[in-house]
Amino acid sequence: MAMTVIWTGMITLSLVCALAQGSQGLLANAALEGAASAIQLGISMAGVLCLWMGVMEVMDRAGLAAKLAKLLRPVLGRLFPDFAGDQGTMDTIAANVSANLLGLGNAATPLGMEAARRMSRRTPGVAGDSLCMLVVCNTASIQLIPTTVAAVRMAAGSQTPFDILPAVWVTSALSVLTGITAAKVLAKVWRN
Amino acid sequence: MQLVLDLIVPGILVGVSCYGMAKKVDVYDALLQGAAKGLEILLRILPALVTLLTVTAMLRASGALDLAAEALAPALRWLGIPPETVGLMVVRPISGSAALGVGSDLIAAYGPDSLIGRTAAIMLGSTETTFYTIAIYFGAAGIKKTRYAVPAALCADFAGFFFAALTARVFLG
Repeated sequence: MAMTVIWTGMITLSLVCALAQGSQGLLANAALEGAASAIQLGISMAGVLCLWMGVMEVMDRAGLAAKLAKLLRPVLGRLFPDFAGDQGTMDTIAANVSANLLGLGNAATPLGMEAARRMSRRTPGVAGDSLCMLVVCNTASIQLIPTTVAAVRMAAGSQTPFDILPAVWVTSALSVLTGITAAKVLAKVWRN
Repeated sequence: MQLVLDLIVPGILVGVSCYGMAKKVDVYDALLQGAAKGLEILLRILPALVTLLTVTAMLRASGALDLAAEALAPALRWLGIPPETVGLMVVRPISGSAALGVGSDLIAAYGPDSLIGRTAAIMLGSTETTFYTIAIYFGAAGIKKTRYAVPAALCADFAGFFFAALTARVFLG
């Protein structure tokens, strides 16, 4: 439903805006070309997307996600002190975070939902500090290889579609750190 | 630096394949199955891309995007963020496919290796669909009182936009 409002609002806005500026003559072509360019984009990004999804499948089957989860346990214990003693919940969180790192979105989401369910048992209906932290960690992207974006750049004719990787890593890390800091600060000052 | 960048892609391909073989994984079968999953993902996002690229093309042609960028330009420029990315920043937390549509429109319009194209790509790669994630996690856990989760998550998004513009300039400018 949200997308219905966004779609209708945006096309109405563009019609009103075009009439106000006298550029309504460009609108019809823009709409048709926009639709056509979506299919072109899809076709030219398909190859890269499929190749990297294959690489991720290999990583998953080789047990890289489980290995990462083991490495992450000590760090995660500090982020979720309330649940540090709860082995099952911590394992789920570690699996969720490592699936996110490897870009296994389909695996990460159910794991995160399971962790959220386990956390909510202590405080039914209310998001405790650890649950807020889990949500913040999942709303900040920590994917190591942003496959789709690289595919889009490749489709647009980039010579080096992966040259953004270091910038993406630094930006993701700083964004997650900002989110974690904000959550820790707000946990102290938030009433009820 | 260039050597490292040159080696990322082939390095990952070779490294992951060798590691998989060492772990007795049928690497080739996994590659094929992953590629099939990639096609499924593409089929899932294509219908949304069609509508969203239509909308963005209309907004661009109508001049609405320029107006929004102009209105916010002074504040964004002060932060070092290209005003052209304003549409992307607005839709990013709300819809993943909309952000992909707006972002790929920017990348195509300004060029993938331009400052704006790179900033858009880094923004897309280092942020998430915040409201969607919050909705499914809190929905799964039956949470009514979300407390400070939304403001804290939006702080992370905003930091992502700011540092995306900064790293695009510093690393790749």
